[in-house]
Amino acid sequence: MAKKSGRGSNRATPSSYDFGGSWSPSEIELTRRTARKARNRKSALIAVLSSFLVLGTLGLVLVTSPGWETLRNTFFKWAYGVEILPKILLGFTTNATLTVIAGTSVALIGLAIALLRTSRSPALTPFRLLATVYVDVFRGIPMLLVILLVGFGVPALEIKGLTNNVLILGTLAVIITYSAYVAEVIRSGILTVHPSQRAAARSLGLSNFQTLRHVVLPQALKRVTPPLLNDLVALIKDTGLVSILGVTDAVRAAQIQTAKTFNYTPYVMAAIIFLLVTIPLTRWTDRMLRNSYERENAVGQA
Amino acid sequence: MSHPVLQLDKVRKSFGSEVVLEDISFTVLEHKATVFIGASGSGKSTLLRCINLLDQIDDGQILLDGADISAVDISPDQVREKLGMVFQSFNLFPHMTVLENVILAPTKVQKVAKDKAIDEALELLKKFGLNEKADQYPDRLSGGQQQRVAIIRSLARHPRLLLLDEITSALDPVLVNEVLSTVRDLKSEGMTMVLATHEMGFAKQVADELCYLHQGRILESGEPKKILESPKKSQTREFLRRLHQAGRL
Repeated sequence: MAKKSGRGSNRATPSSYDFGGSWSPSEIELTRRTARKARNRKSALIAVLSSFLVLGTLGLVLVTSPGWETLRNTFFKWAYGVEILPKILLGFTTNATLTVIAGTSVALIGLAIALLRTSRSPALTPFRLLATVYVDVFRGIPMLLVILLVGFGVPALEIKGLTNNVLILGTLAVIITYSAYVAEVIRSGILTVHPSQRAAARSLGLSNFQTLRHVVLPQALKRVTPPLLNDLVALIKDTGLVSILGVTDAVRAAQIQTAKTFNYTPYVMAAIIFLLVTIPLTRWTDRMLRNSYERENAVGQA
Repeated sequence: MSHPVLQLDKVRKSFGSEVVLEDISFTVLEHKATVFIGASGSGKSTLLRCINLLDQIDDGQILLDGADISAVDISPDQVREKLGMVFQSFNLFPHMTVLENVILAPTKVQKVAKDKAIDEALELLKKFGLNEKADQYPDRLSGGQQQRVAIIRSLARHPRLLLLDEITSALDPVLVNEVLSTVRDLKSEGMTMVLATHEMGFAKQVADELCYLHQGRILESGEPKKILESPKKSQTREFLRRLHQAGRL
């Protein structure tokens, strides 16, 4: 059926398909390509039309709504937004610092708890028990409550030497809550590594710890990187919750500005700042994972 | 006179109420290969896992170079240093290159300097025609290549004894041969081995002693030719007849 065409006139788009041989697409292939092109054009046209229709309708509903003018003036007053931007940015440095400190601590504590919960050593039994209770409790309490309990409860103890600094206490509360989540994510990763990998490592003479360090954890952590980065994005946002203790972070800074003028643009500005950090982080995570996946799973190479 | 590397004496193993191995006794002399045949579930894999101390035996004794490795105070890690084990499903570490897989145990367990371990590993890979794959990840290799890397990985530690657990069962027929010829090479170099296999032709070639395992017991053992050609027990005859029917003999 698919006879090779020798006629030069049939070589419609030779460059991208030319492998240096004498091959040129047959009549039947050329027909297929034309048909595919027509179909793709039609799909693109439909996509554009439907986008215009849906987004246009939404925009129109928004703009023609009776409160649109007011909304625009109270939430999207860009000149005012730019004016108060430095104050919110200053507040955001608190969120950023908090994220770095809490993120690092959470990673270490979460890993330690995950290892405890997956270990089988009899000497660690009481710690394993405590770790389980810890995870159950702090995964089950809303973080806002933990922040309030730690932020106002610890100073109430009036223990000498214990800090009353709300920033430190707030950070502590965030670390306590997130470690419980992250421990469970890492633990689930450890459990997904097939027992045969462990058996292979042990049969090579690797100790329990070496098996964990060189064989189990590298595979486990890689598998849980997407959910962990998901948690990191959530952590960045949740650092805003410490503002209820009176810490001046981006959320608090925006709130203060709003209270001054009754204009909500500072909130929108704060939201934009958070997005500017979280969106690139998400994209970067995606790319990193794709690269490592391709490196290990490249099949069918020539 | 050859020196016994591995001796099993009345070994028994059960999982709960199910007895998997019963009264297993045999000796493997240096440079010799003992091959276990038997239906799936006859206990071949469990036997190898017990020798490697991956599973704990219920009774009996296992001696390696005369030392009781089933004793309570023995360190499994030290025993496993002397044993090489290759699994049916290769079990290469997917996050490491071929070279990294091979040098892991020498550098981390035996504390060989990294340069030296790499040199040795590359030499081994070259010997088995895999030196070009050194920097690739296991997923890029064919099943046969992966299994050969697994064999090399276990050889890199200079084991006293190699345990091979149905190493060709997960391979397609064309790839089986490259793995088996690797094992034949090792045998001719004097490696002491215990194998579990379904490849009867291969068993005949490498085995110094063939054991037929049936429901956890060694029903018949001896010269491979004798057992395969004139089995004494009716169960062995039945097993061989079924293999023959399946075109595997």
